[in-house]
Amino acid sequence: MRIGKFKLNHYINYIVVGLVTLVFGLISLAGGRMDSSTLFLLEKIAISMILAVSLSLVVGFLGELSLGHAGFMCVGAYLGGKVAALLVPSLGNGLLTFLVALAAGAAVAAVCGIVIGIPALRLRGDYLAIVTLAFGEIVKSLFQNTSDDTFGGALGLETPRYDKKYLFIIAFILVLITLAVVQNLIRSKHGRAITAIRDNEIAARATGINVTKYKLLAFTLSAMFAGIAGVLYSFSNYTVQSAKFGYNYSIEILVMVVLGGMGSVNGSIVAATLITFLNTKLATVLTGDLAVLQNLLYALILIVIVIYNNAPALKNFRDTYNLGALIQKLLKPAHDPARVKDDAAKWDVVPTKIEMNEILSVDVIPQDKQDYTGNGGDL
Amino acid sequence: MELILSTLINGLSLGGIYAMIALGYTMVYGIAKMLNFAHGDIIMIGGYVIYVFMATQNPLLAIAMAVVFCVILGITIEKVAYKPLRGASPLAVLITAIGMSYLLQSLAQIIFGTAPKMVTVFDFGSVQFLGVTVQVSALVTLAVTVIVMAALTLFVKYTRIGRAMIAVSEDRGAAQLMGINVNGIITITFAIGSALAALAGLFYLLKAPSVSSTLGAMPGIKAFTAAVIGGIGSIPGAMLGGILLGMVESISYKITAIAPYTDAIEFSLLIIILLVRPTGFLGKKRREKV
Repeated sequence: MRIGKFKLNHYINYIVVGLVTLVFGLISLAGGRMDSSTLFLLEKIAISMILAVSLSLVVGFLGELSLGHAGFMCVGAYLGGKVAALLVPSLGNGLLTFLVALAAGAAVAAVCGIVIGIPALRLRGDYLAIVTLAFGEIVKSLFQNTSDDTFGGALGLETPRYDKKYLFIIAFILVLITLAVVQNLIRSKHGRAITAIRDNEIAARATGINVTKYKLLAFTLSAMFAGIAGVLYSFSNYTVQSAKFGYNYSIEILVMVVLGGMGSVNGSIVAATLITFLNTKLATVLTGDLAVLQNLLYALILIVIVIYNNAPALKNFRDTYNLGALIQKLLKPAHDPARVKDDAAKWDVVPTKIEMNEILSVDVIPQDKQDYTGNGGDL
Repeated sequence: MELILSTLINGLSLGGIYAMIALGYTMVYGIAKMLNFAHGDIIMIGGYVIYVFMATQNPLLAIAMAVVFCVILGITIEKVAYKPLRGASPLAVLITAIGMSYLLQSLAQIIFGTAPKMVTVFDFGSVQFLGVTVQVSALVTLAVTVIVMAALTLFVKYTRIGRAMIAVSEDRGAAQLMGINVNGIITITFAIGSALAALAGLFYLLKAPSVSSTLGAMPGIKAFTAAVIGGIGSIPGAMLGGILLGMVESISYKITAIAPYTDAIEFSLLIIILLVRPTGFLGKKRREKV
């Protein structure tokens, strides 16, 4: 949808998030009856949004799997919380303390992102996933075993809580900033380079894209925003406990990205809201042995959605029946095929590696050779 | 001296378990070119099957049933979740495998509850060796792992199916053109991997007689580390990596100052190995092709 030069679907997520913030913010500031659980839920949703959008940069656009997103968040939460705890006596528990803590948490998480990003340059796919997983576990283990007076040890770090009435507004402003950075990056030539690396790394390198630079950029940015989410978490809770930021939490963020559709920022936001909301509601319904049903749900989401979206055999089915096409049909009954939709989020618009191969080479690559990478395997 | 010896033996038995799991990983990774995240959870399922069939008081039956059940499970997972994605991006396969791992864990929790189940399969007792008490089960674990490794190596080198496996792992497309049933070979690989996982489940029960839904998750990831350290795709490499990792873990647990950081140390080892020598100790270096 286009109004003059203003492309509505480029800005729709800012508008929706902004309106939500404004409405709830006005209610809160006007002294409306918002109980603490609603405020807490809003904060959690904002944190999830930042996490999902930042992970989607790595998983959806760079095409690498990070299983340590919660680890970066953990670094941000501990560092931010610690800095805040040190600053509160001198600066008070105000915006200034929050900003300093935010900067500290984000910076350290970004440094961790660079450190983990360096193996990312040498490794790919499965190895990288394992390295990020290992990173998450290392971080968790390190913070768990610190002495009680530095980071609180196994009991967790006590953090100063920010005034509940306003924290969610700040959180949603941070969501908007995350969106602005990630979306502008993706829609720039740098973003095109990142998606080019995803679609075919060797071809991207051949066209002169500095693969190293862009991989590191995407990884570091993603880690930095995870750190920001971590700082928010530390301000939203009384304690930061490293056990919370394990593998399972990383998977939860991955579920948001997969459910929203890999390579779709809007999808990530919707899925983050949905999953966080469900989590909170389910936590009260599903207690004891039933709590496992939530994990079952996650597992099914991951398997079913990924197979549905990626199975080569289902391609025709997907092209005919999908949510995107349905919405398109509803929005504009008169379909205009002449206008190519300019959206990096659409995987199908860009010719895939396979199609490129078919175009470029005389002989057609057989179906099951498409994932052929040629490494490993001497049995 | 006695401390060193007991640490060594402990490391060897732990290493034997890791090696057993790593063998399954390395087979599947070498041939299907995918990281089967659910491998660790098949170990856990194997443990539960042994628990269920130990009601008959017949350990051999229980072990046989565990192997059969795990093989069927492994093949089913491959057919249902991984086969439709052959030809899709590796990222999609990896995420599905993670989903599968989660699915097995939550199903086990739904069926058996969260509390660990206690089950004693064999009680081998212990022997005195140079003044150290050695669990016989540790020696059994190590012996079985060595036998399995040798058998696998011979199988891969000298049988038709084994040679077909090498062909598929070298070049899937060319193997298919040579008349090899690639899908069949991958199915067989998953069957072998799952059978090894069932045995690893047995070893865990010999080591500590309790099984819970998270039994396989961490060992699975660590065994992948072992497979990477040894060089993925290499059968002796998996053994070497497994023993090495078992030793590191055993030694680290004995030193009080670093004991809480054992997991961190093992994973750091993985990161360092991948940075310094991404192909592991015995892996072959391959050039990347388009």
